[in-house]
Amino acid sequence: MWGILGRRAVVVDGGFSASCLRSRMRSGLVSARSYAAGSKEMTVRDALNSAIDEEMSADPKVFVMGEEVGQYQGAYKITKGLLEKYGPERVYDTPITEAGFTGIGVGAAYAGLKPVVEFMTFNFSMQAIDHIINSAAKSNYMSAGQINVPIVFRGPNGAAAGVGAQHSQCYAAWYASVPGLKVLAPYSAEDARGLLKAAIRDPDPVVFLENELLYGESFPISEEALDSSFCLPIGKAKIEREGKDVTITTFSKMVGFALKAAEKLAEEGISAEVINLRSIRPLDRATINASVRKTSRLVTVEEGFPQHGVCAEICASVVEESFSYLDAPVERIAGADVPMPYAANLERLALPQVEDIVRAAKRACFRSK
Amino acid sequence: MAIWFARSRNIVSSLRHNLNLSGILVQRDHSPRHAFTNSQLSSRSVFLDSFTSLRHESTAVEKQLDLVQQSDEEDPQELNFPGGKVGYTSELKFIPESSSRRVPCYRVLDENGRIIPDSDFIPVSEKLAVRMYEHMATLQVMDHIFYEAQRQGRISFYITTVGEEAVNIASAAALAPDDVVLPQYREPGVLLWRGFTLQEFANQCFGNKADHGKGRQMPVHYGSNRHSYFTVSSPIATQLPQAAGVGYSLKMEKKNACAVTFIGDGGTSEGDFHAGLNFAAVMEAPVVFICRNNGWAISTHISEQFRSDGIVVKGQAYGIRSIRVDGNDALAIYSAVRSAREMAVKEQRPVLIEAMTYRVGHHSTSDDSTKYRAADEIQYWKMSRNPVNRFRKWVEDNGWWSEEDESKLRSDARKQLLQAIQAAEKSEKPPLTELFSDVYDVKTKNLEEQELGLKELVEKQPQDYPPGFHI
Repeated sequence: MWGILGRRAVVVDGGFSASCLRSRMRSGLVSARSYAAGSKEMTVRDALNSAIDEEMSADPKVFVMGEEVGQYQGAYKITKGLLEKYGPERVYDTPITEAGFTGIGVGAAYAGLKPVVEFMTFNFSMQAIDHIINSAAKSNYMSAGQINVPIVFRGPNGAAAGVGAQHSQCYAAWYASVPGLKVLAPYSAEDARGLLKAAIRDPDPVVFLENELLYGESFPISEEALDSSFCLPIGKAKIEREGKDVTITTFSKMVGFALKAAEKLAEEGISAEVINLRSIRPLDRATINASVRKTSRLVTVEEGFPQHGVCAEICASVVEESFSYLDAPVERIAGADVPMPYAANLERLALPQVEDIVRAAKRACFRSK
Repeated sequence: MAIWFARSRNIVSSLRHNLNLSGILVQRDHSPRHAFTNSQLSSRSVFLDSFTSLRHESTAVEKQLDLVQQSDEEDPQELNFPGGKVGYTSELKFIPESSSRRVPCYRVLDENGRIIPDSDFIPVSEKLAVRMYEHMATLQVMDHIFYEAQRQGRISFYITTVGEEAVNIASAAALAPDDVVLPQYREPGVLLWRGFTLQEFANQCFGNKADHGKGRQMPVHYGSNRHSYFTVSSPIATQLPQAAGVGYSLKMEKKNACAVTFIGDGGTSEGDFHAGLNFAAVMEAPVVFICRNNGWAISTHISEQFRSDGIVVKGQAYGIRSIRVDGNDALAIYSAVRSAREMAVKEQRPVLIEAMTYRVGHHSTSDDSTKYRAADEIQYWKMSRNPVNRFRKWVEDNGWWSEEDESKLRSDARKQLLQAIQAAEKSEKPPLTELFSDVYDVKTKNLEEQELGLKELVEKQPQDYPPGFHI
């Protein structure tokens, strides 16, 4: 979009005025950018918005439902502009009842529509969890394929900043333990676009865990990812950074932390392989295990509570399938086993930081014979 | 916003009708201009014009005031709040917790099966009446035999519909085949009416290979897409907001059909009851909510379930048209459900029906209701207030049914059921391949691996698995 504006300015303006100079500079910037690798940038917010927009445009059965998604443009502006474009029937502002609108979404999905249900945060999905588990997840199985539920539940998950215990829990482990659900956790803008489009198109119920702090973050995005038919496969992890000494697996915001940790480790001569899980259920055990068999060491990271977490499942999988390849005990980093405190200093201590990941990787590396 | 305008418009148009004015309501302060800036309705601008022209003509306004005062009970000076204009009173008066008179119950047939004179009802042809009666009697036989089968240990669980045959069959008869039914669990009669065979019922209860549910669910959790009957789900009242969602979907696709959902008296205590009804009203979804008020929620009597006058009074709280019907009167149920269905589809609105009835049987085969209620209470309802007998009397009085028809129907139904049970019992259970299917649309890799692993294990260690364990 920036590119188009720049180009138009050059065409219109012909003289040597200050504005021309400005537009020349702008076009210069644009051309410089178009020659750079990766080219455009996009925030996660825009990525999600464009994904929903394109899927709604392609399929009239797709509709959005949630609190404040319409006139307010979305509590986090993810659904901005959709009400004007598609009207109140397809962008539906619900009364305040998570149980209610989740049930309605499931009913609409039973009848053949494709709802995208927004939870203001997944913490509030607790009020609707019966419908997610007992109505959405299990219906296809219990009805022997007669009732399928092509629904997407999306919204911010995990810790934000200074929002306290009831707004900060990570629900990845809760939902990923249930057969019948698919659980996705994007990190970058490309992840957000590709995975959300895949989720909307998928005939099974999908829990789509976003992160509030990532919404405003910009990522480079390829031309391919900007295409309206772009889609990422569900169940495949991405190797964000290749390495040979230690495998670091994580998802969502922690991927950024793991990449920073990998930079720091590289300075000390440790080459870390960072895996962005992307899909919590189905979990890409093949990619994780192949990586561990290459590096012989595993550090698994998540923001959520430690007991019965996603990391626990990855540890079990690696111990079951790649035990003889491990040169060190598996390192697991998770959030502190406490409801999230509010005070900024306490909150920082309750969440994994880059230093924690670096320390764990070093421990895994120096424990070798 | 839109709803506020519509309601104001209704007030204006009703006043216009009553008082033959050009639609003027007096307001003390607060110019209406702000409220109407975004409006696109042409009637609004007419309203606005007439108001502004009168603003300074106080005497004319006073005359209007008198006229309005004569026809209104409240003070005509009104307050403007979000949600519309509301009259005010200086009397400190609370709305009583209950009305002095309970909402009356709509009925057509008396206890002797005779039509009450001057009854308002939709006539039922001989063919339809006989079909309804046959299904009510078949449902009774089916319940009796499956209940016995559970007692004999042949099926693990069963829920009877004894005492509620009229609600089941007459409501089903009043619906169109495309109307989507979201049942609770005491409505197999609706599925029976729509053509589910006795063999299909038996297959589900036995969880065998031929079960459309592939042995996934416990008995009585029937479901059939072919018959527009959603699979029974155990958590209570979840079907209510789902029905609102189905109704919304039918509305968006402009189908000539509605969603119909059932709930018991106990289920109305669930949060989902509130969400389902509230939402259906706000979304203007074509849903018919049928509450079977049968007096008992397992051992909880309705006096311990709510303090309102049953469920019918709750309809208005959500802005939903409602009616209380004698649930043991097949003709009344037929007329009420048929009318409700037409309203739901034509006017695109939800409707609430409270069917008063009695749960003659136990809650389920896991319950012994004599532990919490008097045996003679059960007897009374079983013998003197039996909906099947009552309808039979009417059908017989019309010369459409005889003793011979009766004994033939019952013995045929009984024979068919016994055969169905024997066949279902002998039939194989679902194969292993059905353990991992339908979790997702397409099996994920880990499921394929697990299935392969299990197959290999069964082949390797057949002694650990029952003989004839089907792969």
